[in-house]
Amino acid sequence: MCLAIPGKIIELISDQHQVGVVEVAGVRRKVQLGLLADDLPKTGDWVLIHVGFAMSKISEVDAAEQMQLLSMLGEAEQAMEEVRGYGQEDGVSLREPDFRN
Amino acid sequence: MRYVDEFRDPELITRASEEIRRLAESERHYRIMEVCGGHTHAIYRFGLKDLLPSNVELIHGPGCPVCVLPMGRIDDGLAIARESNRIFAAFGDMMRVPGARGSPFEHKARGTDVRIVYSPADALQLARKNPEKEVIFFAIGFETTSPSTALTLMSAQAEGVRNFSVFCNHVTIVPAIRAILDSPDMRLDGFIGPGHVSTVIGCRPYEWIAKSEGKPVVTSGFEPLDLLQSIIMLLQQLKAGEARVENQYKRVVPWEGNRAALRAMAEVFELRPYFEWRGLGFISQSALRIREKYAAWDAERRYDVPETRVADPKSAQCGEVLKGVLKPAQCKLFGKECTPEHPIGALMVSSEGSCAAYYNYEYRKSLVTSITAVA
Amino acid sequence: MSHGAGGKASRRLVEGLFAPLLLSGSDGALTDAAHIEIGGAPVHFTTDSFVVKPLRFPGGSIGELAVNGTINDLAVSGARARAIVVTFILEEGLSSSVLEAEVRAMSAALSRAGVAMVGGDTKVVERGKADGMYISTAGIGSPIFGITIDARTVRPGDRVLLSGPVGDHGITILLARGELDLEADLCSDTRSVLPMVEALAAEAGPGIRWMRDPTRGGVATALNELARDCGLGVELLEEEIPIHDAVRGACELLGLDPLHIANEGQFLAVIAPEYADLALNALQQTEGGDDARIIGQIREEPANAVLVNTRYGGSRIVDMLVGDPLPRIC
Repeated sequence: MCLAIPGKIIELISDQHQVGVVEVAGVRRKVQLGLLADDLPKTGDWVLIHVGFAMSKISEVDAAEQMQLLSMLGEAEQAMEEVRGYGQEDGVSLREPDFRN
Repeated sequence: MRYVDEFRDPELITRASEEIRRLAESERHYRIMEVCGGHTHAIYRFGLKDLLPSNVELIHGPGCPVCVLPMGRIDDGLAIARESNRIFAAFGDMMRVPGARGSPFEHKARGTDVRIVYSPADALQLARKNPEKEVIFFAIGFETTSPSTALTLMSAQAEGVRNFSVFCNHVTIVPAIRAILDSPDMRLDGFIGPGHVSTVIGCRPYEWIAKSEGKPVVTSGFEPLDLLQSIIMLLQQLKAGEARVENQYKRVVPWEGNRAALRAMAEVFELRPYFEWRGLGFISQSALRIREKYAAWDAERRYDVPETRVADPKSAQCGEVLKGVLKPAQCKLFGKECTPEHPIGALMVSSEGSCAAYYNYEYRKSLVTSITAVA
Repeated sequence: MSHGAGGKASRRLVEGLFAPLLLSGSDGALTDAAHIEIGGAPVHFTTDSFVVKPLRFPGGSIGELAVNGTINDLAVSGARARAIVVTFILEEGLSSSVLEAEVRAMSAALSRAGVAMVGGDTKVVERGKADGMYISTAGIGSPIFGITIDARTVRPGDRVLLSGPVGDHGITILLARGELDLEADLCSDTRSVLPMVEALAAEAGPGIRWMRDPTRGGVATALNELARDCGLGVELLEEEIPIHDAVRGACELLGLDPLHIANEGQFLAVIAPEYADLALNALQQTEGGDDARIIGQIREEPANAVLVNTRYGGSRIVDMLVGDPLPRIC
């Protein structure tokens, strides 16, 4: 399963225990933060929401790293094409991006 | 929408698709199972099959909690809620799933107070707002959803909200995967691992699949680029002859899982010795029930449960489709007696069910165009 | 009965039960308004009823829906509304201030549209029925010169035009019910589309083949009806369909398809290709039409169906709404 959406914490409700307000594309909903009790999110943090509960904080760093890897796809191949074009087939060896961790 | 749109970038999707074509060895035929129903839905919604070479085949797994729920449980839940001072609260996904005596929607038309809720917390709120009524929350879901039900029960107890109970149908994902691998007809090369279940249980619970069964597992996100990248990672492992668990969905899934969520589950739930899964039969240690400590909020202990058992019609092949042994179109009832408008099995009603997904996204196309449906 | 949401069940009820028994002298295709002649003068005649909870919501109320809805049914049938009659079915105990507010809202909507309310009736039913208030209207209008609406004139290559963003009304109502605890800066799009239709008629009249207002069941249902009526296919480009962020966000959150959500201030038009740019321009130059877009075109295939091309190169068939749009968590 299933439907979980990234949303930004825009408010922490002070008089309610571990409850915040999250915003997704302009839509706001109360979100329960109890599952992130060990590391409560702050206003401005992005979280993954499922059935009104925040499941996980979204790591901007990991997201950016993933986009970086994805945008490198095909570039190694293109670079190799160019190198071949210079008549240096056996010259430079370029490794394809390795996603394995 | 941030953290959504960038993972749907058409240019990058094209590149990822080309990379898959490059990686897939032409003499091999790859059979990859996506376990989770949410992944099945995403694959169809984004037309990802059109982006894969013909020798990379995606097999749909049983990770659809609505699909594996035996019909009798729906009848039981609705039977409890039939009294005039009771409210049956459930997710929208449940509303059209047929029990032997009709779906929740149909019961609503006949007078049962049936309400759609988006969250178990909303169901508890219904109880607070309607003190003279008894609210029964029909809980379904794998480990993604169980912690939320658990926290809700903890709140109900802490606040002393007495007019609230849960009819618990939570199941766990690993036994379902085991059932697939134990199936004699199944030949699979690797798994696209559940994304959101893994935010709770982490990636360790899949290690036995790699170590003992020798199949790579990549925990995946739900956007097109997530799924394509996961397939790339699986193909890279297969090419190198490796079998490991990898986490593609790192931005959201912690390798060790969510401790607070696991604690909440352990506090409130325990494993049932066995539970009946629709299509897969009885599986031991595969489902959750509410602990003694929370008995007062357990609908099964509070009310008389008829324990309805309903067999699927013999002609329905839900089980085989659930296990991936048959494709939806191969079920004899598909598209004839069983359609989204009059579903025989839950696989056709649930938006995650492979039959509904296939029907709505592919089958309809093949009916009206010269586009051949990709099963 | 899940027939109220528009879509397959409603259509079966009308086609299967009402039409054979009640409709005589109609030529088969179900349209938004009937075309009759009174003393040789062509007249368009329509009826509709309005059942909505809550009665008041951001952007409007049941009274405005009733007035605009009738004006719009006539407009998309190619007629200028002239007179409306209304029946109120009131729940016993409904506060008189609520009723007064609705009557005022209707009066304002009528005034804005230049249409007269020429009669009406009221009935009171017992407490517990009518959800406060149900409204039923009937409207009569005179044809706008130069428009002929007929699904049978639709041809492959014709363009599909949408007047503005999808889903505002349906999502506003869903949120206003308060059951899902969502909040957004959204309001119903209820309004008269007559000014836009008149602008369209003035600039591109001869090119108009068909129009409809995508109310219950949304754009998908209206276009599926068209596909069936003309025997051709409708192909849409997902990225061209205008949608407000909040509607998109709510749909993503709830797992709903914006194409199935009701609209109360929009209309669809099928335009001959040589008039398409003129038509789009006419709408975009009219007040309230800036978000109008060409969202697709008519093709031979997929016959009798609606195909949506996604941004990612895939495509999917979108059917009429089955039952109510349900939020899902899976």
